[in-house]
Amino acid sequence: MSSHLNALNSDSYIEISQYRDQHFKGNRYEQEKLLKQSSTLYVGNLSFYTTEEQVYELFSKSGDVKRIIIGLDKIKKTACGFCFVEYYTRGDAENAMRFINGTRLDDRIIRTDWDAGFREGRQYGRGKSGGQVRDEYRQDYDPARGGYGKLTQLQRNPEGRNKF
Amino acid sequence: MSRRRHADENDGGQPHKRRRTSEPVEIEDRLESLICRVGEKSTSSLESNLEGLAGVLEADLPNYKNKILRILCSVARVLPEKLTIYTTLVGLLNARNYNFGGEFVEAMIRQLKETLKSNFFSEAVYLVRFLCDLVNCHVIAAPSVVALFENFVCVTQEDDVPQVRCDWYVYAVLSSLPWVGKELYEKKDVEMDRLLSQIDGYLKRRQKTHVAMLQIWSAEKPHPQEEYLDCLWAQIQKLKKDRWQERHILRPYVAFDSVLCEALQHNLPPFTPPPHSDSAVYPMPHVIFRMFDYTDAPEGPVMPGSHSVERFVIEENLHCIIRTHWKERKTCAAQLLSYPGKSKIPLNYHIVEVIFGELFQLPCPPHVEVMYTTLLIELCKLQPGSLPQVLAQATEMMYMRLDTMNITCVDRLVNWFSHHLSNFQFRWSWDDWADCLTADPEKPKAKFVREVLEKCMRLSYHQRIVDIVPPSFAPLIPANPLFIYKYEDENSSTLPGYNAAITVGNAIKNRASNEEILTLLKDVPNPNHEDDDDEGESFNPLKIDVFLQTLLSLAAKSFSHSFSALAKFHEVLKTLTESDEGKLHILRVVCDVWKNHPQMISVLVDKMIRTQIVDCVAVANWIFSQDMTHEFTRFYVWEILHSTIRKMNKHVQKIQKELEDSKEKLEKQHQKDSGDEEDMEEDSQLEEQIERLQEKVESAQSEQKNLFLVIFQRFIMMLTEHLARCETGGTDLNTPWYKNCIERLQQIFLMHHATIQQYMGTLENLLFTAELDHHILAVYQQFCSLQA
Repeated sequence: MSSHLNALNSDSYIEISQYRDQHFKGNRYEQEKLLKQSSTLYVGNLSFYTTEEQVYELFSKSGDVKRIIIGLDKIKKTACGFCFVEYYTRGDAENAMRFINGTRLDDRIIRTDWDAGFREGRQYGRGKSGGQVRDEYRQDYDPARGGYGKLTQLQRNPEGRNKF
Repeated sequence: MSRRRHADENDGGQPHKRRRTSEPVEIEDRLESLICRVGEKSTSSLESNLEGLAGVLEADLPNYKNKILRILCSVARVLPEKLTIYTTLVGLLNARNYNFGGEFVEAMIRQLKETLKSNFFSEAVYLVRFLCDLVNCHVIAAPSVVALFENFVCVTQEDDVPQVRCDWYVYAVLSSLPWVGKELYEKKDVEMDRLLSQIDGYLKRRQKTHVAMLQIWSAEKPHPQEEYLDCLWAQIQKLKKDRWQERHILRPYVAFDSVLCEALQHNLPPFTPPPHSDSAVYPMPHVIFRMFDYTDAPEGPVMPGSHSVERFVIEENLHCIIRTHWKERKTCAAQLLSYPGKSKIPLNYHIVEVIFGELFQLPCPPHVEVMYTTLLIELCKLQPGSLPQVLAQATEMMYMRLDTMNITCVDRLVNWFSHHLSNFQFRWSWDDWADCLTADPEKPKAKFVREVLEKCMRLSYHQRIVDIVPPSFAPLIPANPLFIYKYEDENSSTLPGYNAAITVGNAIKNRASNEEILTLLKDVPNPNHEDDDDEGESFNPLKIDVFLQTLLSLAAKSFSHSFSALAKFHEVLKTLTESDEGKLHILRVVCDVWKNHPQMISVLVDKMIRTQIVDCVAVANWIFSQDMTHEFTRFYVWEILHSTIRKMNKHVQKIQKELEDSKEKLEKQHQKDSGDEEDMEEDSQLEEQIERLQEKVESAQSEQKNLFLVIFQRFIMMLTEHLARCETGGTDLNTPWYKNCIERLQQIFLMHHATIQQYMGTLENLLFTAELDHHILAVYQQFCSLQA
C-alpha cells in the first residue's frame, strides 16, 4: 500500500546521473533503460592502492556482491582508481547508491553511479596515457592516484616533453 | 550534449523535474505538494500557513474533493510525525465544510479497515492516533472515540487468539492517550477508568516469555530493557497521575480554538475490529531500548524520565521521521535535527538513542544496517561541534556494558563501529580501553576489540591497523592475511603428497585441463583405505589436500584469481567432493590455508556453495565439527553460517516464485483457451513444467528443513554436553563459551524466524521436546512466544 504521493516518494540517491557512456553500443534510450534496471555500479575516485578485498568488504554492507572488476590502466595493466561492483539484485545496488555512495573507502570519498553492465574492454581506462580521462587533465597533486595529472606532469617536466 | 551537465560530485540531490502536463494534473500535483509541505520551514508562521492552505483547499473542494480526501488520508497514514499539523488542517476544513469533515472521517475508517486487513499494523496505529487527535480539533465527538476504544479492548476477551493480536489493540489505545487522554477523561472519565482497569488486568495476565530473547542487555542496571507494553503502561499511569497534562506535543489547533469550537462534530461510525484470521501477521513484541538518562547530558536541558510520556512522544516522533526519510540521508538528518521543541530536550542524545535502538532491535532492525552508519555520519556533518561527542560517549558506554550485551547486538556494534571509524581515519582513544588487554581474551571486551580491529583491517590493510593502535594492543591485532601453503618449501618434502603437489602445480601453470589433472591425481595414494577401489573414486583426503592447497596457493593473489581458479577446475573439484566427507574436507582445507584471512574463507565458501562444489548442510556440519572448535566463537564463522542459511532461503524463494509465475501463466492461458489443439499442447506443456517445479520446490524445502534440523541438532548436542559436564563437575555453567553458544542458538531463531515458523511442528516433535535441558528448551519457548 504505497502512499501514491509523488511529493513523498523521493528517492533521489538512486536516480540515474547525467553521465552516458560514449562507447555504449546502442542509443540513449537503450542505455537509459539498462541503467534503470541495472544491478551494476561504477565506483570512482578510488585510490590506486585500494584492493578488491576492500571494495568487497564495503559494498557487501548493502547486499551480496556477485562480482567486482577492478579498473586497469590500459598500458600498465595496474589499478587506475575505479571499479565495477555487480550485485545479484537491483535492490542491493540501490542501497549502495543510498548509503555507500559519498562515504569513504581508504580515506577517500568514493562516488558510485549506475552502469549499463560490464562488457569486456570496459575495465580499461580511456585516457591517452592509459589511466582514466580525469587523471589526464587534473592539476592537483594526489599521491594515491599517481601524483600530478599527466598533462601537469609533462608541464612540470619539460625535458620529458622534448624527448622524442 | 555534454556528458556531464551537472556536477554531482558526492551524493545525489533532487534533480529538476520539468512537467509537460495538462492543467488538472498540474493542479492535483500542486495540491499534493501544498499539503505535503505544510509545516516545513517557512517565512510565515505555521498558523498562517495552515489558515492559508485551508482556504485554498476549501476553494478547490467543488472540483477536487476526492483527490483532497485521498491526499489527506495518505498523509495521515505516512506522515505521523506531522500528525497534529494535519489534524488541525482537517479541523479547519471541517469548520468551513461540515460535509467534507464527515466524508473524511468515513474515508479514514475505510482506510483503517484496509490497513488492518493488509497487516499494516504500524500505519493502522497512526490512523487511530489521527482519529483520536481529531477530537481535539472538534471534528470527532469524544464519546464515539471512547466507544471505539471499548471495542478495541474487548479483543482482550477473545478466546483462542494470539496474544500479539490483543497486544496490538491495547497498544493502539494506550499510544493514543498522550494526544487525547485529557479530552476523553474530561468527557467520559467513568468509562475511561473502566477501560484502563480492563487493560491493567490484561497486562497482568499476559505472557512475557519473549522478553528474554529480545533484550539487548541482560542486566537490569543501569537501564532495564522494559517490555514495550509495560513501559507504555507506566508512562500512561504517570500521565494520569499528572491529570493528563501533556506539554510536549505541538498542538497548532490550540491557536484556532475559537474557530474550531464553533464546528459541529461527527461521530465515528461503530467499528468492530476485524476477526482474527490465519493470514494475519501481527507485529512482534519488542523491548524499549534505553541507554541514556538525565545524568548523561552534562549541560543544557534535562532528558525526560523513562516513564514520562514526553519520552514516549519524542521517541515515537523520531522513529517516524526515520521511517519516512530513511532513503534520503541528508533529509533524514536535517529533519531529525529540526525536531520541533528541540530547545527543551537534549535532542542529540535522543537521536543517538533512537538510532542505536533501531540498529540493535531484535530480531531485526527496521532498515538495512548500513543506513544507520551513514545517517550518523550525516548527523556528525551537520552538528560537528556536538554530535560526535555524544556518539563517543555512547560508544564508551556500550563498551563498558559489553559483558551483558546480546551477541547479535555485539555483531552489529562491531560492524557499525569499524565502518564508522573507517570514515574518520580510524581515530579513537584506544588507550581508554586498555582494560580489555588484561582480562581473559575470551571475555566480551577483548573479543569485541579483536573483531573490530579485524573488520577495520578488512576496510584498510594490515599495517594500517598496526599503526593506529598503541603497541600494548599488539596481541589483539589480527594476523597478517597471508596464505599458508602446506607444501611450501623443501622442509615439507617429507610430507605425503609433496611430490604430487609439485607435479600438479607445474601442470596448472602449464594450463593443464581438468582431465589431465584428474589423471595426475589418480596416482595419489589414499591414506585412509588399504583396499581402495580400482577407480580410486572414494573419498581421498590427500588428493584434495594436494590439489586444492596447490591451486589456491597459485591463485592467492586476489579474490578474482581464486574465483577464476575455482571456475577453471570446477570439474576436478566436483569429482573430489562427490561424497559428504569430500565436501567436509574441502572446507577444512580452505580454512587451513586461509586461517589468517577469514574474509577469504567467507567468499570462497560462498562461491563453492553457489557453484555447488559444497552444499549448505556440509557448511553447517563443518562449522560444528571438531576442527572448528577454536574458531567457534569467531564472528566470521557465524557470518558464514547465516549467509549460508540466507542462500538456502533465497534458493527456495526463487523456485517458489517460478512455480507461482507458471501457475499464473496457466490461469491466464485457461482464460484465453479456445479448445483447439495448439492450446491443449501449450497447456499440457505448462502443466508438465508446473509439476516439475512443484517437485523442485518440495525437494528444496526438504533440503532447507534438513539444514535447520542439522544446525539445531548440533547446537543441542554441544550445549547438552557442556551442561552435563558442568553439572557433574559442579562448575558454573555460565562461561563465556556458553554465553556465546546459547546466544548464537537464539540468533538462528531470531534472524530466520519467518522461515523457521514453517517447520515448527517438526522441530517440536524431533528436537525441542520436553526431555531437553530447560536452558535449551527456554530458547525454543521464547521463540514460539514471538508470534503467540
